[in-house]
Amino acid sequence: MKLLSRSLLAASALALMSAAPALAKTFVYCSEASPEGFDPAPYTAGTTFDASAHPVYNGLVEFKSGTTEVVPALAESWDVSEDGTVYTFHLRKGVKWQSNDVFTPTRELTADDVVFSFVRQGDATNPWHEYIPGITYEYYTSMEMPDLVKSVEKVDDLTVKITLNHPEAPFIANLAMPFMRIVSQEYADTLAKAGTKEDFNNKPIGTGPFKFVAYQKDAVIRFQKNPDYWGEAPKIDDLVFAITPDASVRLQKLKANECQLMPYPAPADLATIKADPNLKLDELPGLNVAYLAYNTTVAPFDKVEVRKALNMAINKQAIIDAVFQGAGQVAKNPIPPTMWSYNDAVQDDAYDPEAAKKMLADAGVKDLSMKIWAMPVQRPYMPNARRTAELMQSDLAKVGVKAEIVSYEWGEYLKKSMEEGRDGAVILGWTGDNGDPDNFLSVLLSCAGAKAGGANRAFWCNQEFSDLLTQAKKTSDVAERTKLYEQAQVIFKEQAPWDTLAHSTQFVPMRKNVTGFTMSPLGDFTFENVDITE
Amino acid sequence: MTETVTNTPAVKLSDAAIRRRMLADFWFHFKQNKGAVAGMIVFVLLVLAAVLAAVIAPHDPTQQYRDALLVPPVWQEGGRADFLLGTDAVGRDMLSRLIYGAQYSLFIGIVVVSIALVGGIVIGMVAGFYGGWVDTVIMRVMDVILAFPSLLLALVLVAILGPGLLNAMIAIAIVYQPHFARLTRAAVMGEKEREYVTAARVAGAGNMRLMFKTILPNCLAPLIVQATLSFSSAVLDAAALGFLGMGAQPPASEWGTMLAEAREFILRAWWVVTFPGLAILISVLAINLMGDGLRDALDPKLKKS
Amino acid sequence: MIRFLLTKLLYLVPTFLGITIVAFGFVRVLPGDPVLLMAGERGLTPERHAELAHQLGFDKPVWAQYFDFLTRLLHGDLGNSLVTKKPVLGEFLTLFPATVELGIVAIIIATLVGVPVGVLAAIKRGSWFDQVSMTAALVGFSMPIFWWGLLLIILFSGILQWTPVSGRISLMFFFPQVTGFMLIDSLLSGQKGAFVSALSHLILPSVVLATIPLAVIARQTRSAMLEVMGEDYVRTAKAKGMPYSRVVMVHALRNAMIPVITTIGLQVGVLLAGAILTETIFSWPGIGKWMIDSISRRDYPVVQSGLLMIAAIVMLVNLLVDLTYGLINPRIRHK
Repeated sequence: MKLLSRSLLAASALALMSAAPALAKTFVYCSEASPEGFDPAPYTAGTTFDASAHPVYNGLVEFKSGTTEVVPALAESWDVSEDGTVYTFHLRKGVKWQSNDVFTPTRELTADDVVFSFVRQGDATNPWHEYIPGITYEYYTSMEMPDLVKSVEKVDDLTVKITLNHPEAPFIANLAMPFMRIVSQEYADTLAKAGTKEDFNNKPIGTGPFKFVAYQKDAVIRFQKNPDYWGEAPKIDDLVFAITPDASVRLQKLKANECQLMPYPAPADLATIKADPNLKLDELPGLNVAYLAYNTTVAPFDKVEVRKALNMAINKQAIIDAVFQGAGQVAKNPIPPTMWSYNDAVQDDAYDPEAAKKMLADAGVKDLSMKIWAMPVQRPYMPNARRTAELMQSDLAKVGVKAEIVSYEWGEYLKKSMEEGRDGAVILGWTGDNGDPDNFLSVLLSCAGAKAGGANRAFWCNQEFSDLLTQAKKTSDVAERTKLYEQAQVIFKEQAPWDTLAHSTQFVPMRKNVTGFTMSPLGDFTFENVDITE
Repeated sequence: MTETVTNTPAVKLSDAAIRRRMLADFWFHFKQNKGAVAGMIVFVLLVLAAVLAAVIAPHDPTQQYRDALLVPPVWQEGGRADFLLGTDAVGRDMLSRLIYGAQYSLFIGIVVVSIALVGGIVIGMVAGFYGGWVDTVIMRVMDVILAFPSLLLALVLVAILGPGLLNAMIAIAIVYQPHFARLTRAAVMGEKEREYVTAARVAGAGNMRLMFKTILPNCLAPLIVQATLSFSSAVLDAAALGFLGMGAQPPASEWGTMLAEAREFILRAWWVVTFPGLAILISVLAINLMGDGLRDALDPKLKKS
Repeated sequence: MIRFLLTKLLYLVPTFLGITIVAFGFVRVLPGDPVLLMAGERGLTPERHAELAHQLGFDKPVWAQYFDFLTRLLHGDLGNSLVTKKPVLGEFLTLFPATVELGIVAIIIATLVGVPVGVLAAIKRGSWFDQVSMTAALVGFSMPIFWWGLLLIILFSGILQWTPVSGRISLMFFFPQVTGFMLIDSLLSGQKGAFVSALSHLILPSVVLATIPLAVIARQTRSAMLEVMGEDYVRTAKAKGMPYSRVVMVHALRNAMIPVITTIGLQVGVLLAGAILTETIFSWPGIGKWMIDSISRRDYPVVQSGLLMIAAIVMLVNLLVDLTYGLINPRIRHK
């Protein structure tokens, strides 16, 4: 049977070869989940962006491969006005749109496309705003673009002017995010005329390195090299996503060379992968943090000493070993070490149950019993919250604190953990969207975030800390911003609204002969530079 | 099971001799079926393991030996004598977990069958006894439940009630209950015009008494057979729910849950995947063997179908 | 016959309405808020939450939502998925053929193996073949198929490497979807080896899915045969000196098939339930896996419409079985 299938493979490979003029190089990626759709704007999942924003589209600016540094893409350059509210983008010349069976572009990329890409998300009266019933632009909304962007205007065919309501340093990083990819207005017009608007989401047309070919739901996505790509041409001819949700099945496919690269291996398999002579394993610290947020508005957790004492009672290294199985590092700051402005001078509260016990006694806390909230789901920053909570429970018992573990369905968990006066400390985390420290600190720890609908689950409102963040947003001078954020981290550590638990490490196993793949700290999977050597 | 038959108080034959005779008769038929006897022996062992788990299990099933992660079974290289069937990913003894797992499976079977049986009997009895629109409404509702594949419906119910062993059992019981209701109804409709019922009615027996004391005991045979069948399916379905993460929650040593946890080790540590599944298979097989024997012995009429 | 059919159909109307209520009601009492799940860790302002809830129609009273659901259903609109924003019906139709293909191949395996085994076991009642095959059938009937699937993967894909790990066809084959059935499409494509590849992908999952129906059919066939062979006309035929094989094939088998066909029909529900597990294990892109994913994502429209479609299919198949039964056995019709 093995022999038979081999010879069959050879036979069909031969058939394919004779059909194609030259040997096509195919790269198969065993992706983890199905894309929600192919229009990058309405969705929020990384797996969707890997199949839409990254291969098919380009942004005005993008993150440089393997970093969170913003580099020019469709915009060759940009100017910022003195007061930081007007951005003028100069578009690249001669960028060609892709084509498919229903669309052949008659023009290259212009400022019209850029304006269209903004207004369809920001303007509810635009006919393309809700081109599929129920479609919304969650990322655009949650990055506060509607409040931020005052106007987007075409100056000439290759110049776009964006005016903001107030200066906002992270704006440029927002533009590099997948939801701000530039789409073709001409394609939209063509589809509107044909009455098949939904194809905008099913058959994407972009300017990126790969052309979309076909998608078979929950099974396979096919892309082809874009011969007219403005950047460096991809080295592979065909890019195939084989959708394989189960981690162990993905690994088996990788071993069988049914695919050449896979995301998210099971921690248990890491040793096997390292031992396999045909595979290699890349690793990179993820841009994330897992934390335990106390409710700083409820006694006795409103006292800094109590929070500090609990932090000292919890053995974080044990969590890294047992829960992350080594694939992570102990966190001391709310932002990960790979992010600029990370303050390495900050001293973590060392694990010291004896001192913790004493601190609690000094604070007048006796027979404390508390709740620990454990998330019901696995997230990139937290492989197993339940097990983490169990470890905390036994650590806390050693300092005389009784902890009860509670959990809710994921949606409920998110809602209830943000309710005022919440009882207990919550295990949760965050994965960075755009590599800007503000994306961690403001969202998770500012006074504004402590209100209903925010994400500050410690309900921690420290005016000094919040002011530093506001100040840092107003300037685009990175050196100055770094200083402000470093200071903010010091205040954070003094006040200890969280126990910062861990930053997880990402692993990407691939075949040995894969070259040119760079891991992204944002967790993106991009393939324009990959190659397979024989 | 045998007790249910002999002790049914309502069989108005209080004569002990007749009862003994029935039992002997039943045993005579039952023991002719070698498979059934084998099944019963395994089942008794299973019950013993569950009851005596605390005594016979070599370790605490939740105790994590951090120095003994994924130790293979004793006969394999690297195996250790204190972990006969090896350990799982966090160093818990497989054998002890399997022994304690028997408790879950038996418990699940008993609870599910009891809820479904009692619910089904009451509903079916009411439908069959009163007939008319009551019957129509009840039976249409049963049709609706039966139109959904059982596992899918159980999954949705568990999602509603929240994942967990108790909720999984309730969900499975709800899904099984129409089978009992239908059987009871059919039996009641067959019995209710019979002479002995009319006689009891004339003698002044109330509806309750007629339903549960006069008619019910005479409909028990098919219900018992269905109950054994449901017992084994309940064990299977609860394990399936556990496998899908919707049943008993870790660190419970329910076999399906153990399998779900072990899935990531499928290529690395065969024993964590193989043993829980084998345990499920053996216990379900034992119960089914016993069920076959029971059916043949209880009612030769049913033997054919 | 027409009247029989009409009565049957009429009978189904209240059941179907009941199914719509159950499907809709269940989904509404699921804990959790799909709007919040869309936002994740970030959270939503109460205003934005209200806005989204309004846009999705979740702010209307429940009964109004139910009637919206019914009205749209009558127009053939099953709503749009909250996750992909695409029409549920479209998604169902792209995934359903995969499940049907798996189910049909499974039922073919179960019937082609189960019926002959059952017949043989009945003819050679008490022989070693009877005992072995019936024991095997009982083992199959007791099988936790999710475990069985894992074992087969370890053996055939892991150790022997005879079959591919998952998927429906080797990725090197690429052809348009005509019927959605990979076996047929691969033949239509005319590409060499495509059919074999599709078949090799299908074999393990369908064997796993066939396990329980196969056991049930084998047992049912055997007992039906035993019963029929004891009947007068068979004995008469035998007494008249008809060849034994002819007695078995013509008289006994034909009559024994009536309950067997019913059994096969009733396996559809079993198959759909089994498909949930099989598709999960083999990453098979069918409706079973789709339903599980949607339940955990609280994708209301998908769960309620999916439940509805699946129940409707089970109902229709049961009706078909009833009709076939009526055709084979005229006595039923006149009752």
